Amino acid sequence: MKPFRYAKSGTFIAGGTTLVDLMKLGVVAPETLVDLADQPAGITLDAAGLRIEAGATMAAVAAHPGVAERFPAVAQALQQAASPQIRNMATIGGNLLQRTRCTYFRDKASACNKRDPGSGCSAIGGDERGLAVLGRSPSCIANYAGDLAVALVAHKAEITVLGRDGKSRQLPIGDLHRLPADRPHIEHGLAQGERIAAVWVPDQAWSFSTYVKLRDRASYAFALASAAACLRMAADGLVVDASLALGGMAAKPWPCPQAAALLVGHRLSQDVAEAVADRAYEAAEGDPKLIAVGKAAIVSALDRAARSVKAASET
Amino acid sequence: MNLQINGKSEALDVRPEETLLDLLRERLDLTGAKKGCDHGQCGACTVLVDGKPVLSCLTLASRVRGEVTTIEGLDQHPVQAAFLRHDAYQCGFCTSGQILSAVGLIDAGGATDADAVRQAMAGNLCRCSVYPMIIAAVLDAALAREAAE
Repeated sequence: MKPFRYAKSGTFIAGGTTLVDLMKLGVVAPETLVDLADQPAGITLDAAGLRIEAGATMAAVAAHPGVAERFPAVAQALQQAASPQIRNMATIGGNLLQRTRCTYFRDKASACNKRDPGSGCSAIGGDERGLAVLGRSPSCIANYAGDLAVALVAHKAEITVLGRDGKSRQLPIGDLHRLPADRPHIEHGLAQGERIAAVWVPDQAWSFSTYVKLRDRASYAFALASAAACLRMAADGLVVDASLALGGMAAKPWPCPQAAALLVGHRLSQDVAEAVADRAYEAAEGDPKLIAVGKAAIVSALDRAARSVKAASET
Repeated sequence: MNLQINGKSEALDVRPEETLLDLLRERLDLTGAKKGCDHGQCGACTVLVDGKPVLSCLTLASRVRGEVTTIEGLDQHPVQAAFLRHDAYQCGFCTSGQILSAVGLIDAGGATDADAVRQAMAGNLCRCSVYPMIIAAVLDAALAREAAE
């Protein structure tokens, strides 16, 4: 690892689970690190919603009983992320900004426009398994690997961004991550010196929420594809409102308002779920097998919702 | 800086980029924590910081504030005894990490059944694949502790 020093400006380090790894690989080599060890880490629930300060560990939020009860998709996303040791170290702010797991980005011998702008992209035409099928660009097909952000997009969460001058601003979580276009090295909407201070998840009285993660093994693996769904249903089982987001398939958590709108006015069924999945991946390009896994995540999430409706009607 | 390791205070001149794993192994001769992948993927380097399992390979020693416990800090711990009883190792390379994850889990009251143990120990890989014995040992140690309480 290239030597660095601690300073008041530079690259932020919180849990360090991504950054230290990438520093060892030589993918990043900051000269100065700003230590965020003392940043606030509170988790607060009230009638309006859930507020998580950026320094809270993934483990602390995942284990919070109120979060699991009122925001199941958020708790499920965290419980299925990384490993217990990493969840004990990693913070919520750092998790949202974790870097891609694209093999070519992590391998300094490969061309990568994200790591070295202008050098090309070895991933395109290489081993594309597990990379983006939505929002691809001719310069980058890296995906965003996080889980929590996908659940937060479905929940229409907001983040508080703190600037170097101490002033803060609110940003919809959907505006945090960026698609690559022709500048894949610009991954998020934060300015130099800005950092995430807190996450706000409004309680919108969803009847059901869930996070489905499909991967090569049942634990400690990144998502091949994931889906977060929030549904509001009337007493007769008709869907009144729905929000859907996809993970593992693009450079950002992928919101699908048009696909979710297909649910409104219908009862949940396999046919409806498949129509929603087809719409969500309408614009997808790349490996058809991977796209099929993505659709399966949506169908599975909606199947969980249908089962919960059925269970509720039987009691 | 001063690091609290296995109940002792160690005064050390730490380089910013030095990982806790390298510091333990190369400078304090505490070689129980193993360097498996060195990238947070195998769990062989697991130690406890303030009782919680963390990866020492991804921990910068210069940022450690809490109390570090390595396998050398356990003295005939009931979890170690349970691993012996159940033959819960083969080559032994992952064992100290497995035991420290198990201690953290049992202390947090999380070793409730086999599935909970499997999930909570998912960050510790065993290439010899003695997982069934490891799970049996962890459950046994958790039960023994419950009986003792």
